[in-house]
Amino acid sequence: MLHIKCPHCGLRSQNEFSYGGDASVKRPELNQEISDKDWDNFVYNRKSLRGKHWELWQHLSGCRQWIKVERDTATHEIFNTLKADEEIS
Amino acid sequence: MSQNYRLQNIGLINRDKKISFKFNGKNYFGYEGDTLASALLANGVHLVGRSFKYHRPRGFFGAGVDEPYAVVQLYRNGETEPNIKATEQELFEGLEAKSVNCWPSVNFDVGAINNFLNIFLPAGFYYKTFMWPKSFWYKVYEPFIRKAAGLGVASTEHDKERYEHKYEYCDLLIAGSGPSGLASAYTAAKNGARVILAEEKPRFGGSLLTSDVNIGNQSGKDWAESIISELKEMPNVTIKNRSQIFGYYDHNMLVMSEKVSDHLPQTKKFHPNKRLWYIRAKEVLISSGSIERPIVFGNNDTPGVMLSSAAKEYLKVYGVLVGKNPLVFTNNDSGYETAIEFKKNGIDPIVLDSRKNPSGEIIDEAINLGIKIKFSYVVVAAQGYKKVKSADIAGISEDKKQLGKIENIKCDCICVSGFWTPTIHLASQSGNKTKFNEEIDAFVPGKSKQKETTLGAANGIFSLQNTLKTSFKAANEISKKITKKENEISIPNVVEKKSSKHDKFWCVPLPKGKNYKRFLDFQNDVAVTDIELALREGYRSIEHVKRYTTLGMATDQGKTSNLNGLQLVSEIENKVVPAVGHTTFRPPYSPVSIGAIVGREIGKHSKPTRKSPMHSWHEKNNAVFVDAGVWLRPRYYKIGNETLFEASKREAKNVRTNVGVCDVTTLGKIDIKGPDSAEFLNRIYTNAWLKLPIGKARYGVMLREDGIVMDDGTTTRISENHYHMTTTTAQAANVLSHLEYYLQLVWPELNVNVVSTTEQWAGAAIAGPKSRALLQKLFPKDNVSNENLPFMGYMEADLFGTEARIFRISFSGELAYEVNVKSDSGNYMWEKIIELGQEFKIQPYGTEALSTLRIEMGHVAGSELDGRTIPYDNALDGLISKKKDFIGKRSLQRAAFVAADRQRIVGVVPLDKKTTIPEGSHLVKDSNAPLPNPKLGYISASCWSVEHDNPFSLAILKDGKNMIGKKLFVMSPLKNKIIPVEIVSSHYVDPKGERVRS
Repeated sequence: MLHIKCPHCGLRSQNEFSYGGDASVKRPELNQEISDKDWDNFVYNRKSLRGKHWELWQHLSGCRQWIKVERDTATHEIFNTLKADEEIS
Repeated sequence: MSQNYRLQNIGLINRDKKISFKFNGKNYFGYEGDTLASALLANGVHLVGRSFKYHRPRGFFGAGVDEPYAVVQLYRNGETEPNIKATEQELFEGLEAKSVNCWPSVNFDVGAINNFLNIFLPAGFYYKTFMWPKSFWYKVYEPFIRKAAGLGVASTEHDKERYEHKYEYCDLLIAGSGPSGLASAYTAAKNGARVILAEEKPRFGGSLLTSDVNIGNQSGKDWAESIISELKEMPNVTIKNRSQIFGYYDHNMLVMSEKVSDHLPQTKKFHPNKRLWYIRAKEVLISSGSIERPIVFGNNDTPGVMLSSAAKEYLKVYGVLVGKNPLVFTNNDSGYETAIEFKKNGIDPIVLDSRKNPSGEIIDEAINLGIKIKFSYVVVAAQGYKKVKSADIAGISEDKKQLGKIENIKCDCICVSGFWTPTIHLASQSGNKTKFNEEIDAFVPGKSKQKETTLGAANGIFSLQNTLKTSFKAANEISKKITKKENEISIPNVVEKKSSKHDKFWCVPLPKGKNYKRFLDFQNDVAVTDIELALREGYRSIEHVKRYTTLGMATDQGKTSNLNGLQLVSEIENKVVPAVGHTTFRPPYSPVSIGAIVGREIGKHSKPTRKSPMHSWHEKNNAVFVDAGVWLRPRYYKIGNETLFEASKREAKNVRTNVGVCDVTTLGKIDIKGPDSAEFLNRIYTNAWLKLPIGKARYGVMLREDGIVMDDGTTTRISENHYHMTTTTAQAANVLSHLEYYLQLVWPELNVNVVSTTEQWAGAAIAGPKSRALLQKLFPKDNVSNENLPFMGYMEADLFGTEARIFRISFSGELAYEVNVKSDSGNYMWEKIIELGQEFKIQPYGTEALSTLRIEMGHVAGSELDGRTIPYDNALDGLISKKKDFIGKRSLQRAAFVAADRQRIVGVVPLDKKTTIPEGSHLVKDSNAPLPNPKLGYISASCWSVEHDNPFSLAILKDGKNMIGKKLFVMSPLKNKIIPVEIVSSHYVDPKGERVRS
């Protein structure tokens, strides 16, 4: 079970969180023209990386905040966590 | 029966306390502190089971967790547990156990015929033999194999024992209380670290309990005792015996199973049977020691052949002789330790050492004691069926290929030592890439992966002096980093015998003309020939060889067999062992009771049960409940002998003619506040929200980004910047997360807050033509007229002194209201409604009537909004705003979603107006078309229309828009039904929606 450092609450067990997918995905702006391909990429296509990547988790049974977590998908090592409004550097 | 094999002056058992027990129906005695295995051996019982495949007689092989043979069915306090290792089960008064895998008895086992048919049962035999005819697999082969193979029998009774889970944190978790575990626990504890020390056995001390060493001026055993008693006094130390750390998971979480009560005749009041510990450790010290490995020879599975370390443990811990005429077969010094213990206790052993002329302190001691030793000698085969009677022995050439002349010597047990295998399971589970240590012919942990450090024998260090030195040092370094404190501890001096090198020898060649079975895996009956066959058939990867032959797959997980299997594979393949590699070590290290894993999350505790504030009223009024998510909702209220069908029809009918009341507390409720709330709702919902006036409700549909309907419900504007959203019962939690996602991540600039208020409000839906009249009685001070509270209106009102919210919304399609009060007042509201409703012939209605009402109205619910449909499919396309963007809008342009013949909701009526239509049935054009019959759609919900008094269903149908009036067939292969039907509008009742506005 992962041990995730919620930037609001501190280190908590994985079972307090729910997974939210790739954090690098940006929702296209509202009311903008967008091609089928770009929209498909936003809705469906994910890289599914092996290795370090940023992903979203929600601290569901805690502060209910969505957070960004930098995790290695192969080893589960967690390198960094950010609040929802903090930019991935 | 007398304990003929018990010694009088040795062992750690309590001879003052006799314990009686039963094995295979026979009464025996042992002592407090015995295991079932030691007590049976004290009584001279060696035959305890039959092997998995060939049903060969099985005895004891080890003295602990590595035991492959002695697996029994245990009976304790009226319950039974299968596959208990007799070597681990502590004796208690009244214990009962039986052999497994034999019929009718362990002495006369019919299945033993397999031993003579073994030519038909080679590796992978199930893949080869039982392939034809196909239909035989389920009927004949599988039941037969299941009966013949397999071990104990699981109880079919409800487990009365209680199991607990516990979460714990510590600085250092130490697995194993042998010399390295004790030394490091002591050092870390002295440095102030929070330490948990776990020992799987009842006694602490590990190898110190049986080895002949001195630490400081004490014996090893006394030193262990003094350290333990000191640790017990320290507040920062938790020490647990009977506690096995069986899994090393991510982020330094380890799981430990503590056997709290298994050693007692029955579990004490308020105690669990087992306790599962989830431990998050800053650092993990693995001091799990090593397990002796056997040398492979002919008939090496005969009862009486056992590990030499086990023989020593039975002698020194339990005062039990495993034989009175022992033969010790060794390739290293450890066998001598066992031989010397025999000799010291008046037994004359013979030692066969595969080495040519080893020299060392312990060998000298053995010679001085007058022990008979034969160098360059091996056991070729054990003789005897149910017990070793003699051994064929022979000299062996230096290259270990040629056997000398075979002679037969009498013996009643063969104690075998093929050197030591470090227990690296936890390190490997942590992710550690293990490496092969040529010096000890075994794998040891490599570089730490998580925060694990492996110490002592588990790390391939077999000298006690070295073990203590490295353990003290490592624990000091690690703990002082955590606590920033250092307490200097002087490392005690050790007196131990210097050992000589072991012989890289693990398998005795077959003598000419003999085909003795030479077993590698004892529990699964995997012999040398099986591995050879697997390799001949082309299996190369060790993981494939394992699965094909079942090597190392039994309950002991190959603790004594894996390395010898690897040696064999590498020898045949002409590779070095590290090139072959080992199979993956997976948790659990040793089997764990399912009960312990489940813990207290069983029965009612497996999930929470949510009840509305009116629950007790429903109970008192004969409600029959149904699970709705974790909620319990009344399905119908039973009167007399009514069936579900009759009751729901009555309740629904009463709503259509008079008035009904339904508990809608379970609906998800979300409070939305903030100046940007309207803009937020406008983006969440498909329809327009910017102009909703205060005091008005609006129905809304929300999509996922892929265009699929996520949920629907009404949202009401309570005040300028305050909205009250309702969701379906099932989607409440998901919708809240969905809203939070967009507010926190996508549009953080919106100033909006959301919070769940589902449990803050109790809700009652009052529906039916007489609902307004009832409402006026409920709220005599308020004006609830059609003008003042129109359809989709909202007002705050006074329910006899209780604040209430009235929403004029309708799911039933009748004139209807939903009244909310604070949860505490829910029951008061409900009773008031029932009381004042009497004159209007009010009846409560459950979810079944609710479904009927909404289905015949064509209102969609969870069975249509099933995560596969878009607004158009549900005839909700009128709610899609063309003027604004919203979540998922862009996806609605997908080609399939705008196809001319896109599926759409329709009504379905059987032509005979009688036959009920099963939900989930398919709609087809021609019921006689060849299979697979093209499916045009499916029935999503069915009811008996109370308005028309005939069956009515909703369906999602291809090109539904143009199918109204067409005749199709409903096919239900499951119910074996073909029903001719007519497609009608989904709005079967009040298609213009006049009633809700009346």
